[in-house]
Amino acid sequence: MSISVSNISKSYKNVQALKDVSFHVNEGELFGLIGPDGAGKTSLFRILTTLLIADSGKANVAGYDVVDDFKEIRNCVGYMPGKFSLYQDLTVEENLNFFATIFGTSIKENYHLIKDIYVQIEPFKNRRAGKLSGGMKQKLALCCALIHKPKVLFLDEPTTGVDPVSRKEFWDMLKRLQQKGISILVSTPYMDEAALCDRIAFIQNGEILEIDSPQDIVKHFPKKLYNVGADNMYKLIESLKHYEHMHSVFPFGEFVHYTDKRNDFNSIELNEYLTSKGLNQISVEVAQPTIEDTFMALAK
Amino acid sequence: MEKVIEAKSLTKSFGDFTAVNAITFHVEKGEIFGFLGANGAGKTTAMKMLIGISNPTSGEAKVAGFDVFKQRESIKNNIGYMSQKFALYDDLTVKENITFFGGIYGLSREVIKSKTQVLIKELNLEEVENQLVGSLPLGWKQKISFSVALLHNPKIVFLDEPTGGVDPITRRQFWEMIYKAANQGTTIFVTTHYMDEAEYCDRVSIMVNGKIEALDTPKNLKNSYKADSMNDVFLKLARG
Repeated sequence: MSISVSNISKSYKNVQALKDVSFHVNEGELFGLIGPDGAGKTSLFRILTTLLIADSGKANVAGYDVVDDFKEIRNCVGYMPGKFSLYQDLTVEENLNFFATIFGTSIKENYHLIKDIYVQIEPFKNRRAGKLSGGMKQKLALCCALIHKPKVLFLDEPTTGVDPVSRKEFWDMLKRLQQKGISILVSTPYMDEAALCDRIAFIQNGEILEIDSPQDIVKHFPKKLYNVGADNMYKLIESLKHYEHMHSVFPFGEFVHYTDKRNDFNSIELNEYLTSKGLNQISVEVAQPTIEDTFMALAK
Repeated sequence: MEKVIEAKSLTKSFGDFTAVNAITFHVEKGEIFGFLGANGAGKTTAMKMLIGISNPTSGEAKVAGFDVFKQRESIKNNIGYMSQKFALYDDLTVKENITFFGGIYGLSREVIKSKTQVLIKELNLEEVENQLVGSLPLGWKQKISFSVALLHNPKIVFLDEPTGGVDPITRRQFWEMIYKAANQGTTIFVTTHYMDEAEYCDRVSIMVNGKIEALDTPKNLKNSYKADSMNDVFLKLARG
């Protein structure tokens, strides 16, 4: 097992950031922590990378205890914090060299690990890190976290604020790293990225809501879900919210995802109700819940 | 239809780099207009010209009827702006932030007072109205920030990635606020990296390397690029 977390809790003054959190990450697994800003993801990362001590509970990383063996852990993990933390005044190459030296290695020795990523920023190797674009900073940070060939990689919201194309490229890179035997714990607020992990944990307000594979986590969705469409989105949302049998209403792309309180939901009746509210081109169809639907249902 | 934004060949260059390359488009009153593009495509530079804080190199544009070269101060009085990075003062309370921004926009004390009450009630913030904004969750801050951008009844609101990192439920509540404002006639100009949000827009433009490569309703874009979702449209276009 590459990470094991048992009953970890952490509080700051009167805010409880983590409440009795337990989970494990298998050797070579790509494990996703999915949750919004403020869910406790960063606290958990900081505890596992030995930068913060939990109030209670135990955690192991690569076989080492996060408190007793903190020095060993620091040598064998890579950590990419959510906030860009490289030296802005050093160039791309200087940053990478610096991190390699700190860990007693060289760029040459582990170049094979970062090659795919580094070739994309190599043309700018003499540019200061502070002058890079967001996407390039992210690639450099990943290279620096990998240069000492870590056993476990921690990535805290590596793609927040990054456009969909760069996000896709970033996840392709993670998949290739995983094939090289590195275990990865990654957090993200983007639900579509969750589908790319082996297993995911939903986290909200410091608590784990559910852990499962992306394929199976949607089975935890408690209701039957419907796609409702009409010609006016705003009016449709407002009308559905005031419908007496409404259980949940969430805009979802071009449709509204709707669940009903009753078990014997009648789509003709809903159609008539929406028509009476002045809506046209009404459609009601059964929909498959997505990972995001499941998260919202569990987080409610 | 009344056009509240009109840009013709609007261009911005930095040295020999053209960040925004002759973009031409218009936005209609009450429309929700999605302004998409990859990081570095030129969205922020274009937006800065439209809100009157950056001088275009060439071209022309009118925002709320005012010229982006000659009437920049009038533009600022007639628009609202909200960015993901800076929204509110963390060290002021919810109430103080509202009062501060109301004052900046030249609203009278009475108007500020009544608007503050309405806003706090609408957002269910009664319990935290005297708390420092810094202590609130990101999603709340963004909702307050949007309301503050609407305080002076602007004709247009510019939203620069308003929902980045916000949880899925709050993100949707935020969009319901956008729908509501648009329904009352406010024009919304919004950038986002969430492609499901692109589907909520009336029309969407996609910028690639400083140019607008596509502009249409989400439905028509999906048809013309034979894509199932806006995400697919974006992936097909955005890397040029």
